[in-house]
Amino acid sequence: MILIFLPVFAAICIALGGKKINQWVAFLLAAIPMVFAVKLFFESGSGSAFNAFTLADYPWLSQNFRFTLGYDGLTGLMLLLTNGLIPFIVLSGIRDDENRVRNTALTLFMQGALNGVFMAKDGLMFYIFWELALLPIYFITLSMKHGNAFKITLRFFLYTFIGSLAMLASLMYVVIFKTNFSFAYNDLLNANYSLQESIWLGGGFLLAFAVKIPILPFHSWQADTYTHSPAVGSMLLSGIMLKMGLYGLIRWYLPVFPESIEFYKPIMISLSVAGVVYGAIIALRQQDLKRLIAFSSLSHVGLIAAGIFTLSLDGLQGAVLQMMVHGINVFGLFLVVDIIEQQVGSRNMVDLGGLAKTNRFFTIAFVIIALGATAVPLTNGFPGEFLLLKSIFNTQATMAVIAGTTIIFGAAYMLRMLQFSLFGEGETTLKQLNVGQWISLSVVVFFVLFLGLFPQVLLDSIQLSVNTIIELIKAKGVVS
Amino acid sequence: MSVIILLPLLGFLFSGLLGKLLPKQIVGWISTLVVIVSFCFSLNLFLEKLWLNESVSEKWFTFLQVGGMQIDFAFTFDRLSGWMTLIITGIGSLIHLYSIGYMKEDEGFHKFFAYLNLFIFNMLLLVLGSNFVMLFFGWEGVGLCSYLLIGFWYKNLNYGKAARKAFVMNRIGDLGLLLGLFLIFKEFKSFDYAIVFKQISAGLTPTTTLTSIALLLFVGAMGKSAQIPLFTWLPDAMAGPTPVSALIHAATMVTAGVYLVVRSQALYFQTAMASEVILWVGLATSLMAALIGLKQNDIKKVLAYSTVSQLGLMFVALGCGAYTAAMFHVTTHAFFKALLFLGSGSVIHGMHHEQDIRKMGGLKSKMPITYVTFLIGTLAITGFPFLSGFFSKDEILLHAFSHNPLVWGLALISASITGFYMFRMFFVTFHGTYRNTHYPLEKVHESPLTMTLPLMVLAILSVFGGILNLPHYFGHSISGLASNFFAPVYSFQEHTPEISASTEWTLLAAAVGVFLIAFLVMRNKYIAKNSIPENDEAMSGLGKVLANKFYVDEIYDIGVVAPVEITGTVTDGLIDDIAIKGITDGIGSSPGLLSKWLSRIQNGNIEYYLIYMVVAVSILLAINLF
Repeated sequence: MILIFLPVFAAICIALGGKKINQWVAFLLAAIPMVFAVKLFFESGSGSAFNAFTLADYPWLSQNFRFTLGYDGLTGLMLLLTNGLIPFIVLSGIRDDENRVRNTALTLFMQGALNGVFMAKDGLMFYIFWELALLPIYFITLSMKHGNAFKITLRFFLYTFIGSLAMLASLMYVVIFKTNFSFAYNDLLNANYSLQESIWLGGGFLLAFAVKIPILPFHSWQADTYTHSPAVGSMLLSGIMLKMGLYGLIRWYLPVFPESIEFYKPIMISLSVAGVVYGAIIALRQQDLKRLIAFSSLSHVGLIAAGIFTLSLDGLQGAVLQMMVHGINVFGLFLVVDIIEQQVGSRNMVDLGGLAKTNRFFTIAFVIIALGATAVPLTNGFPGEFLLLKSIFNTQATMAVIAGTTIIFGAAYMLRMLQFSLFGEGETTLKQLNVGQWISLSVVVFFVLFLGLFPQVLLDSIQLSVNTIIELIKAKGVVS
Repeated sequence: MSVIILLPLLGFLFSGLLGKLLPKQIVGWISTLVVIVSFCFSLNLFLEKLWLNESVSEKWFTFLQVGGMQIDFAFTFDRLSGWMTLIITGIGSLIHLYSIGYMKEDEGFHKFFAYLNLFIFNMLLLVLGSNFVMLFFGWEGVGLCSYLLIGFWYKNLNYGKAARKAFVMNRIGDLGLLLGLFLIFKEFKSFDYAIVFKQISAGLTPTTTLTSIALLLFVGAMGKSAQIPLFTWLPDAMAGPTPVSALIHAATMVTAGVYLVVRSQALYFQTAMASEVILWVGLATSLMAALIGLKQNDIKKVLAYSTVSQLGLMFVALGCGAYTAAMFHVTTHAFFKALLFLGSGSVIHGMHHEQDIRKMGGLKSKMPITYVTFLIGTLAITGFPFLSGFFSKDEILLHAFSHNPLVWGLALISASITGFYMFRMFFVTFHGTYRNTHYPLEKVHESPLTMTLPLMVLAILSVFGGILNLPHYFGHSISGLASNFFAPVYSFQEHTPEISASTEWTLLAAAVGVFLIAFLVMRNKYIAKNSIPENDEAMSGLGKVLANKFYVDEIYDIGVVAPVEITGTVTDGLIDDIAIKGITDGIGSSPGLLSKWLSRIQNGNIEYYLIYMVVAVSILLAINLF
């Protein structure tokens, strides 16, 4: 409860407090939920399954209409990611301009909503939080400084709107015809769907998630939105929001509509793997650093989605691990680019170069984060990518060969990015970073290296949740 | 054993974090000492355990455990990895020492030593790891260090390009290796060497699966050890500082592919087809690189192609199943190639960064130590009787002959070309008259002791390295040390070529003969006639093709790089921007009711969105309440 309402309350405080509240106070406000998330992680631990364990349950408006929160290892990790990243986004991702207070308040509001998404154990709660989490991001992206701001936001809006509608329709059908007007997660799980129903209803959910992730060909809102949003928008979207889609896949699609998996599995794996190569090839040609990161993100996330659809233990565990890792790394990358843009005034490779001469700490941090994103062993990108590719290989070896090209392309575009921004003879310079940026980069670098060596710390905590989900799928007679 | 591995890592952290605050000399010496101590520990462990044929295993922690898969961060010090460890830390120590002098003036001094230490650490992970995933860690780690060190002088965009090329090409190989690992796990449910090779030796696995694994692993080896078609990165890698070329791109990292195959000998022993592929790829690489080496004028490029060529020979040995011969050549090659590279570095240092041999000449009087040691290195690599290279190369040729006389013939040609390009370079550089007009001969100087000492040590090793595996005609008591040493590592009895004594002597005579021909022809051309290699413009015909490396780079540019880039541009511009966005935006602007409705949302989509949300939630509520 605290995790949801405290950030909302904090958001209101900041909105009211206006310019008097500086970023450090906001950082602290955003960090309090982190403490609770960590406490929850260690106390409730990962020893329970989501369907079996309820954190809180209150009737609301009617007996059927309940405020139910669940918890398991998967939710725990998502909460850690959300509440771990947002304080640092607040600290270093929000620029000190006329939109500062507004964007800070919106970010904190979003923190509450996201916590709701990841804990909701009730279809209606999930849906409401899902929509609430989208609201602030619309406002943030709208504040972009770009001539086409409106068109870009509109495209983003249309995509998510259609996806949400599809999910809403599915949910209504399920509630009316299947669960006797209950939204409870377990009732959704236990309902019986015919193959036909499962394909349509599951498809509705799937569409909402596929747009959010995004999976090819539902991705065309992504690049422009990431590129032109203020840094905080790009960080929230790629760092956390797209994990809503992946989380939704694992929690609200796979175990609820397993009958349709056989139907969607080949399609989804093919599309995801296609996205891996598609994103990578486009990333190779980008001049704009943010755009490059956007397409690399498309590529990385495609691999995660493909791993999820292998329905295997290593695929799912690798996927969850990689969700965390991608969140951390992409935040780091967007932060780095934002710093460059603030100080140099451009984020186009053509204008950059030679930064390595002027700021040593920044250079080292940038290189390490980029190596993490390239999945070099002993950085955090490797174990997840290894598990994902291995799971795809076991399902369909040719797909793994195609998806595996990501290790070649990934190296090519990441190193190209380093080359043209940091190295070379360019005359651009970088002054000292401010304390917030320094802290944030250090924290990211720490996790890049730490999780590179000890990924098992996270993997242990999700073993049970992932097993439960696979069991649930199997229980409905779907062979994985 | 942890000390051996951890010391270089500590050295890396030390120079990386504190290096900038301390005087250069201290950083250099500490980094060097770290490797020397690591060498001493390995030597101690080597003598203590390995003579008794005991191996030492150590597990640090569990890296990954998912379902039935467990990957440990664990190490095994056995006869094979112990041998490699000695080469790595031994040659590594000498090259660290040398770098103190060579890099003295460089502003990135501490960074250089940090990277070198990191490289040693990763190389040790590679050889000491006790499962395939650990090998992969080191495998990629050394690739990363190689990237960092090739692009060490980061202001130069061409160097940066060479560095990226090396990393990306290596990653092509790595993908093969990674897929090989997945297939191994799929088949054997483990990554552990012990478990995997035990199952392979049991002989129950279908040959097609084994062949696939063997070939996939070999793709990895091709990348790291610069075999056709993934060899073009290695000559470009010479952009890095010369000690790096010696350590990484000659003595240690590039032999990782050989190590991988020898480590997996149980697998290759059972897959004749894969072995045959290795043999012919190695042979083709060896010949092609040797030919290119004939027409290079950059002192380091000649050595680079020579390295590719020698690596090819090692793979010929592996393809013949002569694993000890390959390891023997790895070892002697580490001695004399490190020597030659460091010698070339000394020349470059003495001539203030001149690398074109056409602008050298007559250096022997000015740089006596470099001259003598370089001569020894040249004689060793070209197969002067009773120097180290003579023995190791002849062992390979012998195995090749017993495998297939045609292979022997081609390998002999490759070996003879070695003589041609090496003596050409040697005479043009050190003999004749001095030809550099920009840098007067008086200023050319011999290098300081930190640089010449490693040269002398390596020269001694290059002379006597053959002792490690003398052929049988030296008598049973001292011959075949390495063969006996490695025998327990193999899952089978390594065969000795069955050749009559007369044939064997004929083969030896042929090898000595080609050496003499190469020596005399080159001596005649470059000393007696005092000619110098022609200018780039004057080249024509075959010479031009060779000087341009058979245009392989250009072919790759047209055949691979350009298509990918065009696809990227087309996908980005046409498909992504116009087609996919067009469809979505088209929906938004298509005529009719939908459009009207959507355009109203355009007027302020957030407000409408709120309304939509309220409506949606009310509907859900209504459902619930009736």
